[in-house]
Amino acid sequence: MTKEISKKEVEKICDLSNLEVDDKEKNKFTEELGDILDYIEKLNQLDTSGVKPTAYPVKLRNVLRKDNVEESIEKEEVLKNAPDKVEDQFKVPPIMNEED
Amino acid sequence: MELYNLSITELKNKLSSGEVTAGEINNAFQKRINEVEDEVGSFLSLTDCKEEKNDNECLSNIPVAIKDNMSLKNEETTCGSKILKGYKPPYNATVVNKLKDAGANILGKTNMDEFAMGSSTEKSAFQKTKNPWDLTRVPGGSSGGSAAAVAAGEVPAALGSDTGGSIRQPAAFCGVVGLKPTYGLVSRYGLVAFASSLDQIGPFTRNVEDSALMMNVISGHDPKDSTSVQQETSDYTDFLNEDVSGMKIGIPKEYFSLDIDEEVENNIRKAIEKLKDAGAVVEEVDLLSAEYSLAAYYIIAPAEASSNLARYDGVRYGLRSDKDNNIETMFKNTRSEGFGNEVKRRILLGTYSLSSGYYDDFYLKAQKVRTLVKEDFERVFEDYDLLISPTTPTTAFELDSEQTPLEMYHQDIFTVPMNIAGLPAISIPSGFDSKGLPIGLQLIGPHFGEGKLLQAGYTLEQIMDLDLRPDNLEV
Repeated sequence: MTKEISKKEVEKICDLSNLEVDDKEKNKFTEELGDILDYIEKLNQLDTSGVKPTAYPVKLRNVLRKDNVEESIEKEEVLKNAPDKVEDQFKVPPIMNEED
Repeated sequence: MELYNLSITELKNKLSSGEVTAGEINNAFQKRINEVEDEVGSFLSLTDCKEEKNDNECLSNIPVAIKDNMSLKNEETTCGSKILKGYKPPYNATVVNKLKDAGANILGKTNMDEFAMGSSTEKSAFQKTKNPWDLTRVPGGSSGGSAAAVAAGEVPAALGSDTGGSIRQPAAFCGVVGLKPTYGLVSRYGLVAFASSLDQIGPFTRNVEDSALMMNVISGHDPKDSTSVQQETSDYTDFLNEDVSGMKIGIPKEYFSLDIDEEVENNIRKAIEKLKDAGAVVEEVDLLSAEYSLAAYYIIAPAEASSNLARYDGVRYGLRSDKDNNIETMFKNTRSEGFGNEVKRRILLGTYSLSSGYYDDFYLKAQKVRTLVKEDFERVFEDYDLLISPTTPTTAFELDSEQTPLEMYHQDIFTVPMNIAGLPAISIPSGFDSKGLPIGLQLIGPHFGEGKLLQAGYTLEQIMDLDLRPDNLEV
């Protein structure tokens, strides 16, 4: 299953993860991820045909509750942690550049 | 004996007999923190909690600490990461409310590897915590601050979280008791998520009896955590009345065939003989190699982490990069500046194994192996009450040791399988190596088998009767 991970693939997953990584780190990550993936290869020694996947270790059921209005955290409390805000909203940098 | 060396149970007794007051207890621990914290560095932040209560709840006036990934209302909760620097949750984690309802005084938030990703607490973005037994060594991780705080007598108990061994491994390194409960037994509401199908909160204490007390306080169903189980909770101290006679304990042969430090192995084998002498039936059992669990773990945990950590985008809380940004570069710069290398490595690994074309080969394969591991344990627990192993392959290693990621991951070889299968396990001190460093013994139980873990742990503790006060911190 494992194939050697390339620097190009590392660049692609950096992009997917919204992470900027400098060239030196990228090389290091490429090597380290390769070693880890190599180790993970071990799993192929186990025959899993016909085995069902487990997402949670204990049996869980869907949890439903009545649609009652309950007390929740005040807006001002939540906005206290915001890096930037306007009135009662989170403020973010421009989504489109001026030339767009 | 100094108050700071006492267990919760001993402190409670002194309080109820009137021998000491709540104020004296608080002062004793505050003083101890002032004396040793510079050397040990267990805490990321301290509260100014000086409450004195007149009620008689389970933990009334008992000082405790919590790992810095548990939300404490209006107190900084950083998860050991720059990306959450300054974040003050507007609510309490359920375990925090439970501790407060039981009368405990939360003295502070303890250091940890960033987002609980590590085995030494050196991956904290803020400081290194030292092992109270040898200040040149690590306390283990990721809950190293909690383990060190209890070992150093800064608090008699603390909470940690365990995703692959993060309670048990530091407990072993620091000579304290650490319990990882069955998945879902303790609410995770308000615990900053690392790997949601593996994370579980549990206690660090000076002895097994206190561990049972803490479990009485923190366990139980919580409607705010959808993975919290509807399970009748027990009074865990009831289990301490019985010993191990007739108990069937399995020794996983495959675990002992792995690379273990000789002194650690000999110590655990001696403890096994003591259990036999106390009437337990101890036999070797076959179990899937722990290597498979570890390999599955390094797919599942990073995959879940990559998804859980997607929320750190600089919009609602925590760090926002102050570079001249548009929204796209703001996300990227914030995450790149805010996360440390180990966190980045795991996000990348998780993103890779979840990405198109690799999902079946990695994530799905790991989940299938998870089924095999779980069924394998279920088979063994049909015939055995508990399993026994070392908690860690070695005792505490030196600070700043050069380790590759894979070497570091192997620290968790004996602890990860229980998270994969959701099983409870406890690490109890079982002696010292020739360097005077504590050795931890792990007992593993079936789902909701905490009672038997505490029962056998208590028996062993009584037989071994170790002096677990580090002597290099006397002031």
